[in-house]
Amino acid sequence: MEKETCTFSYCEKPPVVEHETDFLIIGGGMAACGAAYEATAWANPKKIRITMVDKAATDRSGAVAMGLSAINTYMGGNKIEDYVKYVRNDLMGIIREDLVFDLGRHVDDSVHKFEEWGLPIWKKGDDGFSLDGFQARDAGKPMLKDCKDDAERESVVVRSGKWQIMINGESYKVIVAEAAKKALEANRQATGVAQNHFERVFITRLLLDANNPNTIAGAIGFSTRENKVYVFRAKAILLVPGGCVNVFRPRSVGEGMGRTWFPVWNSGSGYAMGAIAGAELVQMENRFVPARFKDGYGPVGAWFLFFKAKATDSNGDDYCANQEYIAEAKKRYGKYVDIMGTTIRNHLMMEAMIRGKAPIWMHTDKAMAAIGQLFKEKLGEKEGAKKLKHLEAEAWEDFLDMTIGQAGMWAANNIEPDKYPSEIIPSEPYFLGSHAGCAGFWVSGPGDIPGAPAHWSWGYNRMSTVNGLFMAGDTCGASGHKFSSGSHAEGRIAGKAAIAYILDHMDFKPTIKEKIDDLVAEIYLPFEIYEKYKTYTTSPNHINVNPYFIKPDQFQKRLMKISDEYFGGVGTWFKTSATMIQEGLRRLQLLKEDANKLAASNLHELLRCWENYHRVITAEAHARSILFREESRYPGYYYRADKDFIDDDNWKCFTIAKYDAEKDEWTLRKEPYVQLFQ
Amino acid sequence: MPSYVITEKCDGCKAQDKTACQYICPHDLMTLDREKMKAYNQEPEQCWECYNCVKICPQQAIEVRGYADYIPLGGSVYPMRGTDSIMWTIKFRNGVLKRFKFPIRLTAEGSIDPYKGAPEPDYSKIKQPGYFNYEAKKA
Repeated sequence: MEKETCTFSYCEKPPVVEHETDFLIIGGGMAACGAAYEATAWANPKKIRITMVDKAATDRSGAVAMGLSAINTYMGGNKIEDYVKYVRNDLMGIIREDLVFDLGRHVDDSVHKFEEWGLPIWKKGDDGFSLDGFQARDAGKPMLKDCKDDAERESVVVRSGKWQIMINGESYKVIVAEAAKKALEANRQATGVAQNHFERVFITRLLLDANNPNTIAGAIGFSTRENKVYVFRAKAILLVPGGCVNVFRPRSVGEGMGRTWFPVWNSGSGYAMGAIAGAELVQMENRFVPARFKDGYGPVGAWFLFFKAKATDSNGDDYCANQEYIAEAKKRYGKYVDIMGTTIRNHLMMEAMIRGKAPIWMHTDKAMAAIGQLFKEKLGEKEGAKKLKHLEAEAWEDFLDMTIGQAGMWAANNIEPDKYPSEIIPSEPYFLGSHAGCAGFWVSGPGDIPGAPAHWSWGYNRMSTVNGLFMAGDTCGASGHKFSSGSHAEGRIAGKAAIAYILDHMDFKPTIKEKIDDLVAEIYLPFEIYEKYKTYTTSPNHINVNPYFIKPDQFQKRLMKISDEYFGGVGTWFKTSATMIQEGLRRLQLLKEDANKLAASNLHELLRCWENYHRVITAEAHARSILFREESRYPGYYYRADKDFIDDDNWKCFTIAKYDAEKDEWTLRKEPYVQLFQ
Repeated sequence: MPSYVITEKCDGCKAQDKTACQYICPHDLMTLDREKMKAYNQEPEQCWECYNCVKICPQQAIEVRGYADYIPLGGSVYPMRGTDSIMWTIKFRNGVLKRFKFPIRLTAEGSIDPYKGAPEPDYSKIKQPGYFNYEAKKA
């Protein structure tokens, strides 16, 4: 098939805006906002320029765009070592303990800042019941920053689990974004730069330096609002555009395709752009399959941890206590079954389902009744009923703060959670490094954690294997369970390290290796193709049957079908094998070639073309990693049906994947795991 | 649950400097039909039902209809977002109504001063643990 090129014969060439900066932040979510806040403090006295580029509006971009009902990572009175162990257990024994410890020792300051900036955090009342942010303020409860020590902090917060604290988080992101935007404003004032915050600009690729090997020099992207291409030159870049959603066919394939658990706008851009730039990836075989309320994907954490609800099979039995399933699982996954982490609980749930014991029910009704009873016994009929009403509001707020659609699902189905149970199910797979997953890049550690191998640190914390390219949040691998606060905290760690890097390289003049004109032509190719061929068939734009091109939605559906059927999606109960992955990769290769025929009729479709190209590269990194790892490390998330066991002797190690974009070749290798905390 | 725009209520934000829903949508879904001067959701199957367009619309012209895939008709969830709290009205298919009010913010919008009282950064510690304002915990 002939390769298409863009010569601007059919579409108009866009003007190019060149922007010179020192530290470029790609993304606008929690990690990006954390980086802007911390980096500015270090950058301003030295007149170092910071720029943030976000594909959306920073007030409501990233995974916290809707809001959250809890902050899942807050140390408080806990030991950081225990946090490391918890993360290690949930991620099946393979994490970078230096990175996780480093995150744990920093994260609380971000939470204290959120509260100082205005985020309402629940506090424990004198009667032991929870107070919302207003009630806590009116009752004179102290702010976390003003508590005398961690023991006092631990005594005032409302824990839903050991690491989680409850918040009124509808405006969580708006508040965090305001602080970041103020930081960027302060940086503009310190440096005299007119603009350093670009919204609605989508970065398509990173650019390497012409003179220094393996060194970042900038990034290129386009405006989704006007015909303009942006070239950013920077000495250091933080790549934080989130995780990846809808590589796999989701359970809802019609209008509900967008109702994913992780936000649908996570397009794998971080994984793809970093990989293409040559940065090493780690644990890309890891995926997360959250068990959530069916269809609406409302959160279950508060129900399990805060309301103490139980999930059972349709017979009312606890599938996580079924001795038959457990014995069977132990034969394959050994000691990891005893830990009973998220993967194993998923696995046991599916054991019940395939034996005809679905639906799986979350017994919200029984949990509410038990709490109601307790309240009445403690407080008497009247006061108990009042507290129960407050509790009902808390249960609804859990959804309304972060998964409003689940409230709609209940309303439309006449489900009152105190009267009826709700169905839960394992969703489709997601890629992320911030939540209960650990996909991402192999980065330099802090360097001061005893026992960490010396070659795990190469000078700058959270720097990838490409000089000057930093990672945090979803892109920093082998270190999950950061969640919102941890992503902000890690963005700060990386932002500070990036400024240290810049200070050491003040004379460095980034020079783009490629010709800008060629890059612009590459970005606008989908416009050229569409304009060239759009009249060849009679298909109107929303139908698009045309042998010369593929529209981004069609392209994504092909990707989802390949991933679901060959790489172990919901269609195969997450099961795959070496032979299936190999056939899937053959098909994926053809899809990757067809990316050259992607067509866009407007800027919105151009955005989708590039997002879906990023998804394909992310999918390939995953497929090659699960092919390389000859075991089933994450049962419940995926199974190598031909290697359905955990093999610690051979595979208790990291897997590092590296992409050579020029040759279109992947290399994978093992990196020994080292346990730092007993 | 894709968002939809009520024709009669939408004025295309013509009195504002930008179309509010188009500005805020995290997934670039809301767009303006310049002939009709009305906004619409151009890709409902990519809608995450985050409600940011609903919350920001100055005309209360945007609502959400449950995903055709699995949500029965007749229910609705509608917010009124103020400066410090949010009010939710939930209407069940069978007519049951629930109303909730939750805090959203304890400071005035735009009042954050992120470096108020912050120390000067100590550059001798830039390669050590800790932030410009915070010493990392030890254990």
